Amino acid sequence: MAADPALKMTRKEFVSDQDVRWCPGCGDYSILANVQRVMPELGVPRENVVFVSGIGCSSRFPYYMNTYGFHTIHGRAPAFATGIKASRPELSVWIVTGDGDGLSIGGNHLLHTIRRNINTQILLFNNQIYGLTKGQYSPTSKVGIKTKSTPQGSIDHPVDPIAFAIGCGATFIARTIDVDAKHMQNILKRAHEHKGTAFVEILQNCPVFNDGIWEDVQDRKSRAKASLVLEHGQPLVYGPAENRQGIVFKDGIPSVIDLAEDDDPIERGVVVHDEHPEASSYAGVLATLQRPDFPLPVGVFRAVEKPTYEAMLQDQVDSATAERGVGDLSALLHSGDTWRI
Amino acid sequence: MTAKNPDGIPSSQNPVSQQPGNSKPAEQLEGIAIRFAGDSGDGMQLTGTRFSDETALAGNDLSTFPDFPAEIRAPAGTMAGVSGFQIHFSSIDIHTPADQPDVLIAFNPAALRANVDDVRPMGMVIVNIDSFNQKSLTRAGYGDDPLPELRERFQVVEVPFTTLNRAALQGLDLSQREIDRCKNFFALGVLCWLYGRPMDATERWLGGKFKGDVLEGNIRTLRAGHAFGETTEIFPASFVIPAAKIAPGTYRNITGNQALAWGIVAAGVQMERNVFLGAYPITPASDVLHEVARYRHFGVKTFQAEDEMAAVSSTIGAAFAGQLAVTVSSGPGFVLKQEALGLAVMVELPLVAINVQRAGPSTGSPTKTEQGDLLAVLFGRHSESPIPIIAPCTPGDCFHAALEAFRMAVKYMTPVIVLSDGYLANSSEPWLIPEVDSLARNPVKHAHPADIGEFQPYARDPETLARPWAIPGTKGLEHRIGGLTKEDKTGNVIYDADNHGKMNALRKAKIEGIAKDYAPIEIDGPPEGEILVIGWGGTLGAITAAVESVREEGLSVSRIHLRHLNPFPSDLGDILGRFEKVLLPELSDGHLALLLRAKYLVDVRSLTKTEGQPFKIAELTEAIHELHASEN
Ligand code: SF4
Repeated sequence: MAADPALKMTRKEFVSDQDVRWCPGCGDYSILANVQRVMPELGVPRENVVFVSGIGCSSRFPYYMNTYGFHTIHGRAPAFATGIKASRPELSVWIVTGDGDGLSIGGNHLLHTIRRNINTQILLFNNQIYGLTKGQYSPTSKVGIKTKSTPQGSIDHPVDPIAFAIGCGATFIARTIDVDAKHMQNILKRAHEHKGTAFVEILQNCPVFNDGIWEDVQDRKSRAKASLVLEHGQPLVYGPAENRQGIVFKDGIPSVIDLAEDDDPIERGVVVHDEHPEASSYAGVLATLQRPDFPLPVGVFRAVEKPTYEAMLQDQVDSATAERGVGDLSALLHSGDTWRI
Repeated sequence: MTAKNPDGIPSSQNPVSQQPGNSKPAEQLEGIAIRFAGDSGDGMQLTGTRFSDETALAGNDLSTFPDFPAEIRAPAGTMAGVSGFQIHFSSIDIHTPADQPDVLIAFNPAALRANVDDVRPMGMVIVNIDSFNQKSLTRAGYGDDPLPELRERFQVVEVPFTTLNRAALQGLDLSQREIDRCKNFFALGVLCWLYGRPMDATERWLGGKFKGDVLEGNIRTLRAGHAFGETTEIFPASFVIPAAKIAPGTYRNITGNQALAWGIVAAGVQMERNVFLGAYPITPASDVLHEVARYRHFGVKTFQAEDEMAAVSSTIGAAFAGQLAVTVSSGPGFVLKQEALGLAVMVELPLVAINVQRAGPSTGSPTKTEQGDLLAVLFGRHSESPIPIIAPCTPGDCFHAALEAFRMAVKYMTPVIVLSDGYLANSSEPWLIPEVDSLARNPVKHAHPADIGEFQPYARDPETLARPWAIPGTKGLEHRIGGLTKEDKTGNVIYDADNHGKMNALRKAKIEGIAKDYAPIEIDGPPEGEILVIGWGGTLGAITAAVESVREEGLSVSRIHLRHLNPFPSDLGDILGRFEKVLLPELSDGHLALLLRAKYLVDVRSLTKTEGQPFKIAELTEAIHELHASEN
């Protein structure tokens, strides 16, 4: 990625001339605004940025970014992005997907893109519903949800995007919230800085078909108690100042303790957040923290270094060329046994 | 022994003097077809390939047909596990691996039983007599010893390959199993003596493959086989097949899959862009992926995807990024790519999608050939989704088909399908190596802001109707594409009815315009008359041989072979109208016949075969004679 810090760019340069066609009040609007705001700060020239999406409400995203963009087919965006990034490692490639697109029809592509550690940013908008097809339950919907396709309630056990990404061996995993501009912008920057697949779950409200599922973490008043902001080197403490709580692990099982105002959380045994352990077991325990028994963690779950797919592929091209010289077509055609007549 | 030319007419026997280094008399033959058959673990494909390479180096024209089971190692000694390799070589121009082998080498009773009825009457049947015992006979399904009965119909030659091989390898530090695995090279040595083939290339090949006692063992048994031929009384004479008179130049043996792979690599060189190949393993197409993966130093990147959809999607992504992009598969995998190919039609990006057809439906017979995917690749996507189709007709032609497909894709900004088949993929022929300077050079030019006024992603070249290939990284040409209906010129998302129809018409006109680039159809034979035989793809050899054969019998028959199946050549309708009767042999239920009948209202007679096997020449000559005798 050709990052040039001297490049002076504005948010407006990243806004395309297309009318945005999401429903009024959709969480996608604020995600778009935050991405457009962060882009100029990344120092990547507009022409080197590519947004790739699949199908669904979230996947209209590339049309609204004044960069290169490719709105592809259902579930396959990670595979298209792989072809782009593997062949042109210098491009900054962003994948925009949703819970249906990414975890249902495209689950296989998401898995393999993440495990290969292709240096892309995957933004998964999770609204726990199919919006564009008008309101069927999705792979992240809770058991029992009543939708058009589940009039008696869903009987599917949901998948958790963060746990999924951990299982795939993701080298960068984060969660953020559509309405928390500052937090999201910070996470987007971190995702971009990361060398490898950066998986970001964005909690997104669909006011039309699944309104309010993230309300307690979106609402400024309840957020402090409902969410746990992960910060590297900081103890897992959350809640209003007068009513702080912390997360302790006992035999690997998490539980909540109350903290008095003058308690030192670390002395009380509250776990200190670490983004970098090689083993993913710690992030795996964090992923199990779900409401209502626990606060929902937001922030960076895990950030570790691993060689990227496209760099290793390019290395193979370079080392083969260094060893054998630039390919000579005539020599290839005449290689092995030949005879003259 | 008499050998036949491909038309089945015995050639004259010309005893000639002794071959150098050979104390027995040698008899001259025009050509001969040999089939190696054994368990799939016996190394039959390897023995056949080595014998083919030696034969090519001896200057004969040749055609091979490997025929193997889908199972990697079916239970030993059973009919299911029999693997065969047929080679036909000659001092004259030949077109097919021959209908009937003159010689069968059967390594066990199952191989004998599966193949012996194909051998021509009084042909030679060489058996590994060591493998004939009650157990293996029963396993092959023989009640009694079949050899007494077979001696009435063939020249049966019994050679104790296992014993002779063990004797030759005494004293080497090899296990019994390792020793027995060398016995195919003993047989190869015998055959090399019998038909005067040199063995140096095989010894060189072994040297590159093995080390130590395994190398020593293979070479020793190869030479021992050769010496056995020389000294045994079983073979009273050896045979000479003089070199064929073929066009001067440098030749090599090549299979269709290798030729496709080299065509892909060549496209990168000739068009001065990096190649990206996205593929998922599938028989019989995987060899193309394997071969291309060896050439990273040509700037080629191969990507083994998680599935067929990812293979084609990554390929389209690479095309968007400006690469020469190609994906390769076979029928069951190809149909999984169809949705993405529809997107490629919509976004008008250049890429090549190769289908090495196999016998279906479903998993079908993965290692067997068929031409049953034509209608699927033409119409298998939803809605109006035209894609050009190129069908190579010989193994070597696969090289040129791949190159042509890339040129067409880039010139017209469209996906292009190459329709090969399992027969072309695995069979080999001597290939006149093209001079690189003689290959077209078409450096790719991506869109550049300096060359265009106001950039519009769907503005079209007035002649080709191609849109610009503007790639990420180009400042000033930032744009978005996708599968939703586009507005003419701007490419903006729009659902206007007139525009939708207009865009369908534009894409159709663009693809139909490709026919302007075709050379006129070559008619083999009179330009008009009673009978025209049309073929496409890998049936070229069999059809050519059949037409030559009936001509020798006095029939006037013309022949054309279609390379471009979409759009059809513009002179095709006219040619069809100039013949009273049109015969179309296809290894399908008549896909092309259906299309020609529908498009040109011509009474095309379809000759169909869906047995997973290529046409025999005799099947075609019979059909031509029948058609000739018919009233109209
Ligand atoms: S359906 Fe829901 S997710 Fe889709 S645009 Fe409307 S509000 Fe947003």
